[in-house]
Amino acid sequence: MSIMEYNGSAVVAMTGKNCVAIASDMRYGIRMQTLAADMRKIFKMHDQLFVGISGLATDMQTVEQKLRFRTKLYELREERNIKPSVFANMVSSMLYERRFGPYFIEPVICGLEDKKDQKNVPFICTTDLIGAQCFTNDFLVAGTTTDQLYGVCEAMYKPDMEPEDLFETISQCLLAAVDRDCLSGWGAIVHVITPDQVITRELKSRQD
Amino acid sequence: MSECLLGFVGKDYVLLAADQTATRSVVLYKSDEDKLLTIDNNKLMGAVGPQGDCAQFCEYVRKNIHLYNLRTGISLNAEATANWTRIQLAEFLRSNPYQVNLLIAGVDETKGPRLFYMDYLASMHEMPIAAHGYGSYFVLSTFDRFYKKNMSLEEGKDLMRRAIKEIQTRFILSLPSFKVKVVDKTGVREISLD
Repeated sequence: MSIMEYNGSAVVAMTGKNCVAIASDMRYGIRMQTLAADMRKIFKMHDQLFVGISGLATDMQTVEQKLRFRTKLYELREERNIKPSVFANMVSSMLYERRFGPYFIEPVICGLEDKKDQKNVPFICTTDLIGAQCFTNDFLVAGTTTDQLYGVCEAMYKPDMEPEDLFETISQCLLAAVDRDCLSGWGAIVHVITPDQVITRELKSRQD
Repeated sequence: MSECLLGFVGKDYVLLAADQTATRSVVLYKSDEDKLLTIDNNKLMGAVGPQGDCAQFCEYVRKNIHLYNLRTGISLNAEATANWTRIQLAEFLRSNPYQVNLLIAGVDETKGPRLFYMDYLASMHEMPIAAHGYGSYFVLSTFDRFYKKNMSLEEGKDLMRRAIKEIQTRFILSLPSFKVKVVDKTGVREISLD
């Protein structure tokens, strides 16, 4: 069994109109045994930047702590919040530092950033376990449920959705996908990031 | 895997139980081994795994937490202890891995009783009910069925008795005796389930 399937996870991020959403399952399991249904896999770096980490749980926790440390240090030095695109580059180089002994994780970075002429532009990015970045405009998936998530997201995604529509779409995509993967599920949490606020909702899902 | 470590959170205490066997291959060295160790008088840590790893890593944790107390005067709560332990285990993972599975329990003044599960790869999670080893396959469902929040110590002892009986009935290896300890705001003490 692959080390990336030791714990099991599902993370998906989608962009909307001046908003982004990121969602994950909440299973904490070891191989075939489920131990808890309330594990957080999405972490807030600041109000407009969230990172969801899939893969080996121990590395997820270690990388989250290291990222939090480096983000806070950046904020102390620069006296401003780190931009999502800068954060994504930081994640990528941090993972490549461990090129020949990597952290077994796949992070999904999502946030809103101001570009030269536009404000609150949605930004999503994922990397593989050694930091190869992938940028898209629509949606990104990570974890053990990627095959299923690609299918539902491709079918249900529309560009420029409003926050409520985006929430509905990403929730239905995640719930449908994790039902077909034994290693993920057991609860779901969705964060929708808009310029004014972050709405976090836990979804009622099948507990199996 | 053949060693069993279980625990759950009660009203104002955490109950941990561990089997008392020390084995290698087919030989049973002793049947009164204590796998539940006290950290700094007010936290309890259960550790299962290869004996050398358990002994070395647990001593490392206990002495360093005590050192922190001596240096700063602060007695770390269970959450801080568990987090510190996780970071140490994670750092050792890629150089000198310890195959120790842990349960760390303590009673916080503000947040009440807390139990932290940690596997040997250093993934940690706070849970009201936890178990390590093959015994977990039998006992987690027993706990799910009969556990309630805010149980009194008597109800907790009943639940633990039920769980241990389940292991002794259905697990292929014989685990005749379990050591049970409770941690509450007065500290750690051993209790008997009879």
